[in-house]
Parts: sequence; C-alpha cells; structure tokens
Amino acid sequence: MNITSTVATVAARWSRCRFLHTSSSILCSQVGLAVEQTIQQQLGSSPETTRMNLFTAINHALSTALETNDKSVVFGEDVAFGGVFRCTTELQQRFGSHRVFNTPLSEQGIVGFGIGLAVQGFQAIAEIQFADYIFPAFDQLVNEAAKYRYRSGGLFDCGGLTVRAPCGAVGHGGLYHSQSPEAYFAHTPGLKVVMPRDPIRAKGLLLASIRDKNPVIFFEPKILYRSSFSQVPLEDYQLPLGKAEIVQSGTDVTLIGWGAQVHVLCQVAEEAKEKMNISCEVIDMMTLLPYDLETIVQSVKKTGRVLISHEAPITNGLGAELAAALLEPCFLYLEAPIMRICGYDTPFPLANEKYYLPSKEKCLDAVVQLIHY
Amino acid sequence: MVSTSYRLVRTTTVSFKRGLSQAVKSDQATSASEAPQVSSGGSSLHPQEIPKDAVKFSLKPFATHLIEAPEPVAYATKEQLLAYHRTMTVMRRSEISADLMYKAQLVRGFCHLYDGQEATAVGIESAITWKDALITAYRNHCQQLGRGDTPFTVLSELLGRYTGCSKGKGGSMHLYKAENKYFGGNGIVGAQVPLGTGLAFAEQYLNTGNISVTMYGDGAANQGQVAEAMNMAALWKLPCVYVCENNKYGMGTSTDRASANTNFYTRGDVIPGIRVDGMDVLSVREGMKLAVNYARSGKGPFVVESVTYRYHGHSMSDPGLSYRSREEITEMRKRADPIELVKSRILEQGWATEKELKSIEKEIRQQVDEMTEKAKQAPLPPVEELYRDIYVEGIEHVRGTLVNNGLGNYLA
Repeated sequence: MNITSTVATVAARWSRCRFLHTSSSILCSQVGLAVEQTIQQQLGSSPETTRMNLFTAINHALSTALETNDKSVVFGEDVAFGGVFRCTTELQQRFGSHRVFNTPLSEQGIVGFGIGLAVQGFQAIAEIQFADYIFPAFDQLVNEAAKYRYRSGGLFDCGGLTVRAPCGAVGHGGLYHSQSPEAYFAHTPGLKVVMPRDPIRAKGLLLASIRDKNPVIFFEPKILYRSSFSQVPLEDYQLPLGKAEIVQSGTDVTLIGWGAQVHVLCQVAEEAKEKMNISCEVIDMMTLLPYDLETIVQSVKKTGRVLISHEAPITNGLGAELAAALLEPCFLYLEAPIMRICGYDTPFPLANEKYYLPSKEKCLDAVVQLIHY
Repeated sequence: MVSTSYRLVRTTTVSFKRGLSQAVKSDQATSASEAPQVSSGGSSLHPQEIPKDAVKFSLKPFATHLIEAPEPVAYATKEQLLAYHRTMTVMRRSEISADLMYKAQLVRGFCHLYDGQEATAVGIESAITWKDALITAYRNHCQQLGRGDTPFTVLSELLGRYTGCSKGKGGSMHLYKAENKYFGGNGIVGAQVPLGTGLAFAEQYLNTGNISVTMYGDGAANQGQVAEAMNMAALWKLPCVYVCENNKYGMGTSTDRASANTNFYTRGDVIPGIRVDGMDVLSVREGMKLAVNYARSGKGPFVVESVTYRYHGHSMSDPGLSYRSREEITEMRKRADPIELVKSRILEQGWATEKELKSIEKEIRQQVDEMTEKAKQAPLPPVEELYRDIYVEGIEHVRGTLVNNGLGNYLA
C-alpha cells in the first residue's frame, strides 16, 4: 500500500463518515440481514402476529416443523410434558408420542441416536436440557455429526439433525447452568451454530436450522425465555443462516455480540448516545458458524472502532476469532485496537456472577477508551 | 534443587491458606450436635463380630445378583441405634433449615434435598470408615454431614458464605471434606462414577485396603459413562462399591419410564449386586457390609441398590407433585420414615423413652437453628476469590478484573 492509496482511502473514509453523519440509515442496510423485509417477502406486508415470548416462539417453530414434515421428531429429556422451559408444551398431545418423546438421561446417546435418525432422512430435533450438559455428546457432534458427509464423500449426511440447548447466564445458575459453549462448536467445520436474540428471530432461525441440510446446534439464551417478547408472525417463515443483522446503525463504534448480550450492547449504544454523543452501530451475529464476515467488515471499515462482547470466557472465545478475522481486511481502517469485553477466564461463578459478566458499564468503558485511543 | 524450593514455596502458601481458613473457622462454635461419626471403625469390617450387648433385628429380605443373599437380620446395640437416630435427626433438621432458607430466597440457585433418604447415607457410613473414599452426585448435603461436617458449614456453603466448606464457591451441589476423603458433590449427572472408579484404582495401587464408595441415582444409571466405569472396575477388580440410590424418580421421570431394566442392582452385569431397603438404616448397613467386605477382600466391585424415597421434589424449584401424588408422599412418610423406624426399634427395646428421644430431637433442632442463624450472619467470600483456585499457582489477578488494571493494561 503506498502513501497515495492510503491517503485516498482515509479521505474516502472521512467523506463517507461526514456524509453518513447527516444522512439517514439507508446506506447502512446494504449489508446485514433486513429481518422485517425478509419476513415480508415470505408472508406479505402485514402478516398476522401475536406478542409472544421466546419459549412460545420456539414452541411455534417446533410445531410448524412437525406439521410440515412427517419425518420430523422431537426428543430429549422431559420434552413430553413440555420441557423444563416449556418449549415443547403440548407437542406430544398434538403430534403423538411416536414423534415427541422422552429419552433417558443420556446426552451422548441422545445425540448419537439423533445422528442415526438424521442419516435415515429424518428431521431429528434433539434437546439437550442445558448447554452445560452437552459435553458428553461432544464426541458425537464433533466426530460424527460434523464429519459424516465429508467422510462418505457426500453419500450420507446427517443434515436433518438439529440440537437445541438453553445457554447463558440466568442470574443464579452457577457453574453448570450458565455456560455458553458456542466457541467449542464454532471450531468444528461441518457444524453450524446459531443463537437468536429474540422470539421473532428465534422462530425464523430455528425453522431455518431444522430445514438446513447441515447439522445445526441452536443455542437459546435461557434468560430470554420469559423476558424477551416480540410480535411474532403466526405463519411459517424462515430467516437465512449465515447472515448477521445490523440492529441499529451508527458511525463511531461497532458493537458486535450475539444472544442476550446484544440487549446489553443496545443499552450501551443508548447510553453512549445520551451521555457522550457517541453513535454506535450494534450488530447481532445470529449465526456463529458460518459467521457473516462481510457485514462486520463493512461496518468496521465505516466506524474504524470495534468492540466484541460475549458472556463466554475471553480467552479463545468467539470474540478472538472475529477479532483476528477482522484484522486483515480492516487493518488500515482501524482507529483503535479491536477490543473484547467478555466473561473472565474463570469457571462461571456462583456468587460473583454480576462481577463476572460483561456488563453495560464495562462495555461503556471500552467504548470510551476506543473513542479516545 | 528446583523441586525442593518449589515445595517450600508451596507449603508456605498452603499453610497460609490453612491459617486463613482456620482463622475464619475459629469464629464458629463446634457444638454437640455435630453429627457423631457413625462408622464404627473396625468392628463393622467383620460381620461375624457381634457385640455382646447387640440385639437381633429382622429385616426385609435382600435381593441379590450373582451372589448368595445374606440372612435378613442385623445385630445392633443401643449405642449404635441412638447414634443413627441422632445423625439422621441432624441431617433431617439441616435439610429442613435449607428448605426454609431457600423459600426465604437466602439460598439461591439450586438446592436438592435429601430428607427421606437419610437412612442410606447413615447406613453407608456405618459400614465404612473415613479412610474409605466417598463420592456422590448433587443431592449431597447429608453425605457431607455424615463425613463429619456440621450444619453450620453446610448451610454457610448453601448461602455462599466464606465459612462454607468450599469457601462459598461451590454452593449446594459442591460440598467437600478432604480430610475425611469425601470427594463431593458433583453437578453433572453420572460424571462422578468414573471419578469414583479412579479413586478405587488409587486405593488398590497403593494397597491401602481402603475402598471407594461411588454413589449415583436411578437417572444416572442410564449414563454411558456409568457402564464404562463399571466395566473397568470389573476388568481390573477395583475395590469400588457402587451405590445406586433408587428414589424412584429421575427428576420427574419414574424409573419404569427411563430404564428398560429397573433392577439397578443387576445393571453391573458381571458385577455382583444386592438390593437393600434404603429406608431402613440396618438393611443398608448389612447390605453394605457384604459389598464392602467383597470389595476390600480384592474380589472386585459390587453394586448396592438402595431403594429409598425423597419427600421433596428433585430440587427446590420442583414441587414434586406433578409426577407423583401427595398421597404417595404422605404414605411413605407414615409407613417408611427412616427416623421413625429407628425410633420404633429403640422404643421396642426399651433403650430410651419417647420423652428422651423427643428431647434429643428438640436439642438438635435448637442447635441446628442456632447454626442457621450464625450462617446467615457469616461473611461473603472476598471478591478476589473469583480468580483464586483456577490454577494451583494463584494467579494474582485475571486480566481486566480490577479497576486499576483494566483495559489500559489490556491494550498495552
């Protein structure tokens, strides 16, 4: 890169910044998923919607999946009575115990069995009761599910497998009811990893995950089951996997997160605007593998400053991957180092949860540091 | 050279820590209601050794797998039965205290209560010593008490206080007593079974003559790792006694809806097994003696299924009524309560009067209540505990956790 092109790039960035400062957000939606538009394309301009919370939306998605495909089954521990988070309420009554059934307490068995079903062409929708319990099934997911298609040269696949698991901090979960293990699985080619942030996206993403012809792990932030509401269309719709969404546009700092943390980042953006007149662009990755690099690159090129935030421990978390991936395309556009505000490198603590989590205050502090770097 | 100096450093750190914890512990009163050690040390090792003043009690018959069933009788003395009664009452009162504190939202997170199952914990302890290793799952408050801890420390741990056995960092599911070889306290179902198998291997390797008692539940019996661990134990003839506490429900799923083979004492396949009445402390003890002697003599592992019952739900978030009827619970309380059973035996033999037993229970209740109040006042762990004990060499701090070494340090 010679001086001339560098100056040109900087000048172009400057002018774009100034232009964007005064313009509307239309330019910002060139990349990133336009969720409302996508839904409208499928369901028309005013589909019938109901206000519902996350577990109800998941329930809707599951019942839609069961309705639209005779070879789909839902199974896991305690799903028959509705599940410990009510995501599978009434499914057994409506679809029968041959399609919605309980399994014994055997995570490795559940996932392995699901892979077998999927290889036979079923949509096997397995539930792991808490993401913290997914580890006995780690071998099945990483060594079997992720590699079936590859090792058989395309003769077989378990694309019909979807593994759902509640994840994330909930206030009192402690070591084994709070983990966010997305990074372990996002390291495995052959798997897809998805995490929604609210009911309307959850329904669309879950239906897309179930119907995607690849094994998908669908993490559901458990704290949002009852606390997150949207107006969710009652009909069948899907949101594409592999696309991030620009939750709100901004010009000064890019905030990247997923799941419940996106809500924290939106609060950060609001407070930064109110108190310090900093305009933040908030991006929800939605799909963690394969992640939408294009959207976040475009955003970081625009703002030059980026903060990535997730609940999982910082070392080798997904933030590290995104930071490294952003570095090459955005190197000359960066005004400050890429920052990560994440959980600490400790087991998820019991009493010190509030201290451990990447809170709004810590993120705001990082935003200020980024601006003043 | 290097290793010596390291050891010196380590000793200093360890003794400092111990001194610290002792300083904290000196505030707590050790009281008379510390659960007495019910393991009888030497005499329970030899079932033929019957104490002179022992009385013969008849038990429900045992069911066995691959071994001859012992005669359904137990010889017990007044001291033994009174000790069992006392320990079980301490356990019961402690669990009730935990229940009340949880409902008052002082205990948060998860809390799995053991009331109704006390006879299993005490029966096991009465057949082994504190040199034998013990490990169990998350319903572990009473095992901690049975291994010599006090309700004060247990309840402190539930409250997340620094006076708790795990410095408040483990909570209800993670209670430990290292000096009495109690290895906890495990949150992940079934994960403790391979662990307990490893403990047994160590005892065999070091030729200590000790065994490992590995407890798990009817739900965990369907974990693959349980089968894996048992296979290893049988193959290598490890001195491991597997105790399956069958309380009829794995969370909300009854055993017949979870297990194809509900005879958990046979699930060890080539490993011999016995089924005992888990509501009768003497039945548990006698079954355990058979198992313990078998394992200790080098013949290999043994499976004990203790058929028991929990009055509470799976945890405090489970009312325990959606999968079983209130009548069933009341019936079990009336017909098979472990404390009532011991009391009726004591009274039958005239070893104590109703009044005496009631006064013991009242005394214990008072003491446990006092300990509860003390635990409520106990201090929280200092915030530095967040990043202590991650690795053995104490990390001074974890990046970015302190205000004055925040992001600036991180960016540098």
